[in-house]
Amino acid sequence: MSVFWTILIVLALAALGYILGRQKALNSVGGDSRRMHSLPRYYGWNVAIFTMVPAFLVLIAWMFAQAEYVERHVTSMIEPADIGEGSNLSLVMADVRRLASGLETAISTGAMTADQVMALDASKDDIRGMLGKVGVAFGSDVTPHILAAAQNYREIVSAASVYRAIAVLAVALIGFAYAYAQTNGSFWARNRVEQVTLGLLILCSMIAIATTVGIILSMVFETGHFFGQYSWTEFFFGTTWSPNFHGNSQLGMLPLLWGTLYVSAIALAVAVPIGLFAAIYMSEYASPRFRSIAKPAIEVLAGIPTIVYGLFALITVGPLLRDWLAQPLGLGNSGSSVMTAGLVMGVMIIPFVSSLSDDIINAVPQSLRDGSLGLGATPSETIRQVVLPAALPGIVGAVLLAASRAIGETMIVVLGAGAAAKLSLNPFEAMTTITVKIVSQLTGDTDFAAPETLVAFALGLTLFVITLGLNILALYIVRKYREQYE
Amino acid sequence: MTDATANASARRTGSLLVPDARTRRRNAAEARFKIYGLAATLVGMVALVMLLISIFSSGTGAFFQTFLHIPVTLDAAVLDKSGNRDPAEMQKVTTIGYAKVLNASLQKVLDDKGMAVAGLTDKDVADMISKEAPAQIRNMVLANPALIGQTVDMTILANGRIDGYFKGRVSMESAQLDKNVSPRQLELADKMRAAGMLTTDFNWGFLTSGDSSDQRPESAGLGVAIIGSLYMMIVVLVLSLPIGVAASIYLEEFAPKNRWTDLIEVNIANLAAVPSIVFGILGLAVFINFAGLPQSAPIVGGLVLTLMTLPRIIIPARAALKAVPPSIRDAALGVGASKMQSVFDHVLPLAAPGILTGMIIGLAQALGETAPLLLIGMVAFVREFPGAPPQGFFDPASALPVQVYNWTQRSDPAFVERASGAVIVLLVFLLIMNAVAIILRRRFERRW
Repeated sequence: MSVFWTILIVLALAALGYILGRQKALNSVGGDSRRMHSLPRYYGWNVAIFTMVPAFLVLIAWMFAQAEYVERHVTSMIEPADIGEGSNLSLVMADVRRLASGLETAISTGAMTADQVMALDASKDDIRGMLGKVGVAFGSDVTPHILAAAQNYREIVSAASVYRAIAVLAVALIGFAYAYAQTNGSFWARNRVEQVTLGLLILCSMIAIATTVGIILSMVFETGHFFGQYSWTEFFFGTTWSPNFHGNSQLGMLPLLWGTLYVSAIALAVAVPIGLFAAIYMSEYASPRFRSIAKPAIEVLAGIPTIVYGLFALITVGPLLRDWLAQPLGLGNSGSSVMTAGLVMGVMIIPFVSSLSDDIINAVPQSLRDGSLGLGATPSETIRQVVLPAALPGIVGAVLLAASRAIGETMIVVLGAGAAAKLSLNPFEAMTTITVKIVSQLTGDTDFAAPETLVAFALGLTLFVITLGLNILALYIVRKYREQYE
Repeated sequence: MTDATANASARRTGSLLVPDARTRRRNAAEARFKIYGLAATLVGMVALVMLLISIFSSGTGAFFQTFLHIPVTLDAAVLDKSGNRDPAEMQKVTTIGYAKVLNASLQKVLDDKGMAVAGLTDKDVADMISKEAPAQIRNMVLANPALIGQTVDMTILANGRIDGYFKGRVSMESAQLDKNVSPRQLELADKMRAAGMLTTDFNWGFLTSGDSSDQRPESAGLGVAIIGSLYMMIVVLVLSLPIGVAASIYLEEFAPKNRWTDLIEVNIANLAAVPSIVFGILGLAVFINFAGLPQSAPIVGGLVLTLMTLPRIIIPARAALKAVPPSIRDAALGVGASKMQSVFDHVLPLAAPGILTGMIIGLAQALGETAPLLLIGMVAFVREFPGAPPQGFFDPASALPVQVYNWTQRSDPAFVERASGAVIVLLVFLLIMNAVAIILRRRFERRW
């Protein structure tokens, strides 16, 4: 029985439990709900929760355990000879899984019976052809061991799915029976239900922690593998980036870091003055009418997906810069360049700088402005000499947040900056960034044992640490500043 | 002490009505400062306008396509040799057979109308039809074998270059350098257009059909990507709405103030600012390599986007809960409700519009996200539509923003038009979602 149907049945049981539990509680007090401890619905919920929660926990645990068991059992059936040149165990296992699901499809569509599948012989039967008929494409020829492993795999999985359904439904029924037996008008159902609800709420709020832990663990683990194969000094201080899937790669991070910082610097050089001046103009000078148009217009920039900016860089800004600046000045003839990506990214982060700065400038107490204006300063003198110094920590925080955005941005640089890892000063040359290389090393056919793939995790961890550092610093500065005036 | 006023240069002389040099300088600085501010604001707005003009001018073409209208004689001798209309046997005729029939029909029409252009071979004429057209006819015939032997008026796709010629992407000059199209073919195309055989119509296929290979930009569509994005949004909605609301309720209403909840809060604030590509790495390592979920599947994309969207939903949801005044809670507790009842029966319904607004905006962000999806294999070339849910969540699919990226990586410039068209579709979806959020906020927002 599939997981989906198991879940549906458990849910149906729970719904039934709700109705029966509520009814039983009401009956026990002769239909007079005033004589019950809790409202009738809590008795229903109590039964429903006892039906669902343990059953789903068992289901989840079962799925993990089954995956682990099958993997171990089947992996032991594959012999080193089955792993071909340039392949590895995980690729072979993927083949086994695909073959097993192909056999399963063949059975469910009625092309073969379960007995026929078990009787297949790789040396005699054309298994690829048979699977092709039921619509499962299979890349390579099937060796006897892989077939045996797949047959075994299919058998375990299909047997296990029956046991799983039985186990889960049994737990659901036991929970149902226990809670139902307990139900009567004097039972404290509300307290029980509220306890479970609180537990669920806490569980949900833990997911944020789990995500962070997951991010860190997954990257640290693979980065550890990477540094097992490649020296960390060469990674952090190497100046050549030339991955080569035949080995002998040079994976120095410095050119990527340089590209990242260069693009981000240009982006900030564009976004900080524009964003800051826009924020000042809108909070101190603009008429309400102008502001009601300009503020949303600038904030729309923040809502546009980055792929759109990337396309803008690729089809408009890149060619424009190339034809009007780079080529006439003799600085290069590439459409994708640090300048292209930097300018477009600058536009993207204008709203981050402007709306954060706007909030911070508005938080500066009016009395400071009034004092300065009262002494005869012009509005611009007031802004430059009173408001901005008072808002400075917050603005620095906003700029740091924008910088972390710029460093972690991917699609604009993938489409706008190019793919060549270079240490160059010319902003009209194509360079590449950390994020571009993460994408290029992890897309397509990847082999998770090779340092050329694993390096992406090391790059990701570096990126994560840099942006996390900037974020924490920015949040710290902003928080500290806000406390001053509140 | 008398020295203090003795500084003669600072003392004002002359009329108060005539500004002195220093005042003029200060006023000029003031005016300049104001102009800088205005200029910066305008630069931001101009950038937005340029972006939109650039996308719309290059993308609207994708919604229109050149179609060829000709009567096609479905020759039984080619398509069904045995003549018994047995679908199993007709399956054996490949698109090559249909191409033959199609080319013969086109040739016949051209001969009848006397439109032949000197120097064009039969193959050149055949190349003006999309390579996708024979497959379309084949599907049509297999669905309805009775058509065989008849002459049917058909509307089929013209080749991408011919389409480009009518959209201004291909010109006589560029055709001379292009080995895929010749000026003579364009000449014939002009004649056919004058005869009404070639027309440019609204291209429904762009919204409904799947992706196509590098050689056939004219038949590439967004159907699979739209379905894939829809599936992912369903996953994100189903997971992140309950989890996000539950987490914000706990943190806002129940959590004691201690180190542990502080840690969770800092964590959420930081997760909201973690680069999206890092979530892609997480998805690849955990959902694909560890849990063994299939690549390119909407379920994996949905899970990754859920993790990414959660903090972005929790933050506005908490703000909405916080905005409900304490008097509501006090009143509920005062008439004997438990803490849990006061939250679920009173605070939550009042905060619901704010939570939903945040949810929709979070979904809109998730819809436009590309980078994490690249890492979990969404870039793969997917032509086939995923199945119906729930199995469809595990089938390979594409997603709108990833389809844009995919098309920018192809060499044929016709795909740039498609990519911009896809961006327009994406922006329309985002516009609708944000408009709904704004309406919701306007209509239900309560000021206490």
